[in-house]
Amino acid sequence: MSHSAEVNHRWAMVVDLDRCTGCQACVVACHAENNVPVAGEKQAAYGRWMHWIIIHRYWEGEYPNVKARFMPVMCQQCGEAPCEPVCPVFATYHNPEGLNAQIYNRCIGTRFCGNGCPYKVRTFNWFRPEFPEPLTEQLNPDVTVRSRGIIEKCTFCVQRIRRVEIEARAQGREPQDGEVQPACVQTCPPGALIFGDLNDSNSQVSQLARSRRAFRLLDELGTDPGVVYLKGGETDV
Amino acid sequence: MSEFRPEPSIEPENAPEFEERLLLLEREDWEINQAVLQPMLKSGWVFWVVVILLGALVLWGLYAWGYLVYWGIGVSGKNRPVYWTLFITTFVFWIGISHAGTMISAVLRLLKADWRRPITRGAEAMTAFALMMAGLYPLIHLGRVWKFYWMIPYPNNRFMWPNFQSPLMWDLVAIFTYLIGSGLYLFLALIPDMAMARDHTEGWRYRLYRTLALGWRGTEAEWHKLHRALAIFSVAIIPIFLSVHSIVSWDFAVTIQPRWHSTIFAPYFVVGAIYSGLAALATILVIVRSGMKLQEFLRAEHFNALGKLVMVAGMAWTYFWFAGFITEWYGNEPVVRELIHEEVAGKLAPLFYLQMTANLLPIGLLVFKKVRTTPALLLVTTLLVNVGMFTERVLIVIGNLERNHLPFNWGTYRPTWVELSIVGMTFAGFALLYMLFSRIVPYVPVWEIKEGRLRYTLRRIGRLLIPTAAEIE
Repeated sequence: MSHSAEVNHRWAMVVDLDRCTGCQACVVACHAENNVPVAGEKQAAYGRWMHWIIIHRYWEGEYPNVKARFMPVMCQQCGEAPCEPVCPVFATYHNPEGLNAQIYNRCIGTRFCGNGCPYKVRTFNWFRPEFPEPLTEQLNPDVTVRSRGIIEKCTFCVQRIRRVEIEARAQGREPQDGEVQPACVQTCPPGALIFGDLNDSNSQVSQLARSRRAFRLLDELGTDPGVVYLKGGETDV
Repeated sequence: MSEFRPEPSIEPENAPEFEERLLLLEREDWEINQAVLQPMLKSGWVFWVVVILLGALVLWGLYAWGYLVYWGIGVSGKNRPVYWTLFITTFVFWIGISHAGTMISAVLRLLKADWRRPITRGAEAMTAFALMMAGLYPLIHLGRVWKFYWMIPYPNNRFMWPNFQSPLMWDLVAIFTYLIGSGLYLFLALIPDMAMARDHTEGWRYRLYRTLALGWRGTEAEWHKLHRALAIFSVAIIPIFLSVHSIVSWDFAVTIQPRWHSTIFAPYFVVGAIYSGLAALATILVIVRSGMKLQEFLRAEHFNALGKLVMVAGMAWTYFWFAGFITEWYGNEPVVRELIHEEVAGKLAPLFYLQMTANLLPIGLLVFKKVRTTPALLLVTTLLVNVGMFTERVLIVIGNLERNHLPFNWGTYRPTWVELSIVGMTFAGFALLYMLFSRIVPYVPVWEIKEGRLRYTLRRIGRLLIPTAAEIE
C-alpha cells in the first residue's frame, strides 16, 4: 500500500456474519445510492444481476435440520488485487487510500478483471442500463450512470468518502472514525456492517479486525482483502 | 502451348514413392507452370456456388456482429461468472490453426525436409488467414469495441498509456508481430512465382502479378538475396510463433481462476496448437488437392509425412494434457476437484469424452499408412482432431469459468444465435479468403518444386535407372 504525507487511510469494512440476517437491505441501499441498474427477473436468473453487494446464501445440513447461512460479499478492495494487473487500459487501479478504483470511462469491456476476481464481485453492463419508472426519479447525482459494455463494482461509496474528506479538510481536521458511512453500512438494520480506516489502530474496524472471530474471505489466495469477516457464535436464521 | 494433361488420381497403394518423383522428373518446366496455373485460372461452377454460400454466411455473421454492438454483449450468452465464452474459445482455436503454417514452412525449411516443397504456400496462407480470423475476436468480444484503440500505445494529450502488465497487451503485440511476420514470409516466397505468373497471364492478372513480382527477373543475385531473406525469416519467426500461443495461454494462466492458473499451460497450448494446426493443414490440402486437381504435386509421400507429423504432435499433446491433468487430480484441491468432477462425470462429461475420443483416436488411426495416404481417411481423421481441439478449448475457457471458489457464484452458460453466427462467420470467412487466394496466387510454390527437382537426377547403374538426390540449397 502506498502512503503519502497527506492521505494515509486504508478504508476497510467489517462484516459480522453472526449479526447478518440476510435481509438484503444493504443490496437495496446500494442500488439506490450507486445508480445500479435493475437487471430484471429473467436476466438475474441467468446470472446477470448487477448487485454490487451480494448476499451469498448457503444451506447447511439435511432437511429437516436445515440452517441458512448468509454472507454479504462486496468488492474486497484487495491490497494485492488480481483484477488490477490484467486490465489492458488501466481502467482498474489501486488508489493511495487502499481502494481498488474502477474508472468507468476508461473501461473497454474485456471483462478480464471479472475472470481474475476470485470473489466474482465485478458486474458487467450487458445492455444499456435500465431504471424502471419511479427509479429514474431518484438517481444519485454524485454517481455516474454507467454505459453498456463496461465493468462496474462496489466502490465503498467513494463519493461519500470524498465528501467526508473534503468537509474534514475544510474544517482542518481528520475524518472521524465512523464519519464515513457507505450506503450499505448506514442501512444495515442489525448493524452487521462496520466501516472505517484500518490504518487508525483505534478505529472500530481495527479493533474488530483483531478479534478472534475475524477472518478474511479466501485469504489463502494472498489477495490481502480489505474486508474482514467475523464469525464465531452460532446463528439460527 | 499444348493442353495440360491431368494425371489420373494416384493410388498410393500401387505406386511406389520413387516413381512418383520420376513423374515430376519427366515433366518439362513449362508443363509444371501450366499444371499450377490452369486450375487457378479456370474455376468451375461448384467453386462459385461455394464462394456465394460462404459469402452469405460471412454477411450474416457481420449482421450478427452489428446486432451485438448495437444491443450490447448481453445478446451473447455470457453471464457472471462466465465472462468469456465462444469468442475467446474460437480465438484460441484460430491462433492454434495459425501455428502449423510456420511450423511447416519455417521449421521444415530449416531442416531441409524435402517433402515440404509443395505445401509451404498452402501452410503459410493458412497461417495468415487464420490469424486474421483470430485477430477479429479480441475486437468482437469487447464491451465497447469502438474504444479498441485505447489498447494501442499512441502518444496522446492525456498521457494515457496501455498497461503492459496485462497479457492482453502482450497478445496485441504478439499477434501484430506474427501477422506482419507471417505476411512478409508468405510474400517473400511468393515473389518468383508472381514473376512466373506475370509471364503467363494477361489483363488484370498481368498487372497484379507485375506489381507483386517487384520486377523479379531471376538473376543469381536475386535468388541469393531471396534465400538469405527466407533463411533469416525462418529462424526469426520460430520464437514469434512460440510466443504467440504461450501468450494466449497466459491470458488464462496469469489469473488465479482454478485450473487456469497453471505453469504447464504455455507449452500445452503450443503443442495443442501444432496438433490442431497440422491436422487442419492436412484437411485443407486434401480438399484443395481434389478441388484444384493438384494430385501430381500433393502426393501420397507428402500426406504420409504430414500424417506422421500430426501423429507425433498428437502424442506430445497427450503427454502434456496428462502431465497437467494428473497433477491437478492428485492435488485434489476442493475447487479443482469440483471442476474435474464436472468434466469427467458431470454436466460437461459428454464434451469431455467427445474431446478425448476425437483427440486420441486419430493418433491410433494415423499409425496406419493406409490412413495417412488415403485422402478420404486422412480428411476424416484430421477433421476429428480439430473437433477434439475445439471442444478442448470450449472446456478450458467456458467449462472452467462455470465453477470457482465460492459456490454461490457458480453459473451456467448457453450459447445464443449471435455467438454461433459470429463463430460461423470466421469459419466461412477463412474458407472464403483461402479459396479466393488459391485462385489468385499459385497454390503450389512452383519455384520450390523446380528447385527440388534439381536435387534429383536419374543415374544408370547397370541396367537400372535410379533417382539420386544431391545436397544442394
